[in-house]
Amino acid sequence: MKKSKVVSYNKWGYIFLIPFTVVFLVFQLIPMVTTIYNSFFENYRSGLMQIGPNFVGLENYVTIITNGDLPTYFANTMIIWVMCFIPQIVISLVLGAWFTDPSLRLRFQTFFKTVIYLPNLIMASAFSMLFFTLFADGGPINSILMQAGIIGEPYQFMSHVWSVRGLIAFMNCLMWFGNTTILLMAGMLGIDPALFEAAQVDGATATQIFSKITLPLLKPILIYVMVTSLIGGLQLFDVPQILTNGSGDPVRSSMTLIMYLNKHLYNKNYGLGGALSVFMIIVTAILSYIVFKVTNSRR
Amino acid sequence: MKSKLMAALLSLTMAAGMLAGCGKGGSSGAGKATDGGKVLNIYAWNEEFKSRVTDHYPGYEEVDATTGKVGDVTVKWNITPNQDNAYQNHLDETLLNQDKAAADDKIDIFLVEADYALKYVDTDYALPVKDLGLTDEDLKNQYKYTQDVMTDSKGVLKGTSWQGCPGVLIYNREAATEVLGSDDPSEVQKAVADWDSFEKTAEKMKDAGYNMTATTNDAYRVFSNNVSGKWVQDGKVVLDDNIKNWIDLSKNMMDAGETTSADLWSPDWSAGFYPDGKVFCYFGPAWLINFSMAADEAGSIANAGGWGATEGPQGFFWGGTWICGCAGTDNKTLVCDIMKQLTCNEEIMLDIVKKDSDFVNNKPAMEKAAADDSFAFPVLGGQNPLPMFCAGAEKCDLSNQSAYDQGCNEELQRAMRNYFEGNASYDEAYEQFTKAIGEKYPELAQ
Repeated sequence: MKKSKVVSYNKWGYIFLIPFTVVFLVFQLIPMVTTIYNSFFENYRSGLMQIGPNFVGLENYVTIITNGDLPTYFANTMIIWVMCFIPQIVISLVLGAWFTDPSLRLRFQTFFKTVIYLPNLIMASAFSMLFFTLFADGGPINSILMQAGIIGEPYQFMSHVWSVRGLIAFMNCLMWFGNTTILLMAGMLGIDPALFEAAQVDGATATQIFSKITLPLLKPILIYVMVTSLIGGLQLFDVPQILTNGSGDPVRSSMTLIMYLNKHLYNKNYGLGGALSVFMIIVTAILSYIVFKVTNSRR
Repeated sequence: MKSKLMAALLSLTMAAGMLAGCGKGGSSGAGKATDGGKVLNIYAWNEEFKSRVTDHYPGYEEVDATTGKVGDVTVKWNITPNQDNAYQNHLDETLLNQDKAAADDKIDIFLVEADYALKYVDTDYALPVKDLGLTDEDLKNQYKYTQDVMTDSKGVLKGTSWQGCPGVLIYNREAATEVLGSDDPSEVQKAVADWDSFEKTAEKMKDAGYNMTATTNDAYRVFSNNVSGKWVQDGKVVLDDNIKNWIDLSKNMMDAGETTSADLWSPDWSAGFYPDGKVFCYFGPAWLINFSMAADEAGSIANAGGWGATEGPQGFFWGGTWICGCAGTDNKTLVCDIMKQLTCNEEIMLDIVKKDSDFVNNKPAMEKAAADDSFAFPVLGGQNPLPMFCAGAEKCDLSNQSAYDQGCNEELQRAMRNYFEGNASYDEAYEQFTKAIGEKYPELAQ
C-alpha cells in the first residue's frame, strides 16, 4: 500500500460538524418526528387518568380545521402581525436611512442605536405586565386621559377587540423595530457608496435616491426581514398570553395559534397539539424555503 | 405483571396499616413514627400548612426553610406555587410515579383545594381517613361541608381540614349609613336578604355613586355553591338554573353600571378596599377580611374599621385547604396523627383561632369563640362575625360538586365576561364556554 502524500483535512470538517448535528438531532429532529407521530393519536389526560394513545388517523387534523379553530386563530395571528409589521418596517427604513446617510452626519449615533434596541432586552412577559397595569380600567393611562379632559369615563382597553389587538401589535413593534433597524442598516451600508454619489452628481433628490437606489438594492434584505418577522409573528405568544391572562379575549379575538396550542397543554393533549404543530411546521417550512430561494438567487 | 405485583403489595401494606391504625390515639406526636419511614414528604402550594404544623403540631422542630423533624422522621416540604396550574401539574407527575418511587421519595401527604378536590379524592391515591386510623368519634366535631368536599363518589371520606371558610357579605359602613340610613348589620341584612332586594339596593347605591360589588365575579361563588345539580351529568355539561341566575343578575347589573367586569384580585377589584374605590360590598370568608383587604395600610377602609358583616342573600364558602394521606406512604401513623392533632384536637384548634385568626373546623371551639367578645374583628369596627360564620358553615352544602368544577367555573366566568361587556351575545358566550371546556376536557367535547 502506498500512503497518500496529500494530508486529508476532510475528517476535521466532519468532526466540527458533530456538535451541531447532535444538538439538531436531539433537540429538533427527534421532537419534530415524534410530534408528527403523536398527531395521529388520541392521547390526553383526564384528571389523573390517561386516555389513549389510540390511533385515530387524520381525525385530529379534521377536528381542528372543521371546528373553525385553526382558521380563526391563524387569522387573528396574521392580523396582529400585519398591524405590527407595517409600522415597524416603515420606522426601521426611515431610521436606517437616516443613520446611514453620510450627508446627515447624525451625532450620538451609537447612543440612539443602543436606545432603540433596548426594549428588546426587556422580558416580553414583564413588558406586557407593565402594559396591562398601565392600561387597566383604573390605570394611569386612563387617569391621564380623564384629567386632560379627553374622555369622560375610563376607556376599557381590555374589553375592545381593536384596542387589545392594537396594544399587542404596538408592544411587539416597540420590541422589534430596533432589531429590524440594525438589520436594514447593515444592508444599506453594504450598498456601494459610489452609486449614491453618482446619483447626487446627476441631481437626484433624497427621495429619489431612496426609492430608486436604496430600496431596490435592499430587496433581498427586506425579504429576509419580512419572512423572519413572519415566522416570529406566527409564534406570537408571550405578549398576548400575559396581556389577556391566557384568554385571548374579547371573544378570543386576540388568541394566537401558539396560545391555542398552549390550551392543549392543560390536559397534555398530544394529539390535537401535535396536529396543530405539524400545521405550523409546514407553514414555517414554506416560508423558510422562500427565504432560501431569494437569498440564493443573486442576479 | 410488575405493576400487578406492585398493586398487590400496595394493597397489602394498606391492609396492614388498617390493622395498625393510629396507635393509642395519643396526646403527643413526638416519636410516633413506628412505621419505619424515615422521610415524610408533604406537597403543598404555599407556606400556610407548614406554619400551622410548625406552630401547633406537638414535637415538630424546624430544621430549615424546607425541612423539619418529628422524632426520627425528617419532614420534607415540597412547595410549588399555584400559578398557572403549576402545583397540580407537579403533583400529578409525582403521583403517577408514586409506585416506582423509592420509599423515601414517595408522597406521604398532599394538600388540595375544594375546586379540584374530587380530581384526587376519586382516585386511589388519596387514602380513606378511616384506613389511616381516624374514627367517627374523632371527626364528629367537624363541619359537614368540609367532609362533603373530601367524600368520593362511593361515599368514602378521604381527607380532612383544620379550617372552615364560610363567607358573609362584607359591606362598607359609610355607604350603608349614607344610602340605607343605618350601618347596623340587621338593618343592612334587610336590604340584601335575597337577590331581588340585592338588585334594588344596587340601584340605590348607583344613584349615590357607589358600585354594588367590585366585579360581577364577586357574587359567583354565592350562586355556584347553591346549585341543584352537578356541572357534568352523564358526560354532558349542564348549566344549572342558579348559575343562569348569576348570569342574568350580572348582566342586569353591568348594563345598569352597578358593577364592573374586572377579574378577582386585579387592581380594579381591590380598588374598593379604599374609600375612593366606592364599592358597597364584597363576599368573603374570615381570611379575606383579615388578610386580603389591605388592613395594614393606612387609608384603607379595613384599617379604619369601616367594614361591617352580614349574612347576605345566600350562604357560601370560599377557599380552604384539605389534608390527604397518599397511598404508598410509609409513615401512616404520623400522617394520621398530624391529621388528628390539627383537625380534630379542640385545644390545638382553639390555639389556631387565637394565634392565626383562622376559622377552624371544630364546632365546639368555634361556638366558644363566637360567644366571646375578645374575638371581635378590628377591621369590622369591633363586630364579632363568628356567630354568622358558625351559622354559615352549618348551611354550606357541597353535595353537588364534581371533578370538573375548577375548569367549568373558570371558563364560564371568562366566557360570560364577553357577554357582560357587550362583545358577544349570550349564545356566543356560551358557545365559547363549551369550546373552552372541550379543550380542557376533550371527553366532554360535543
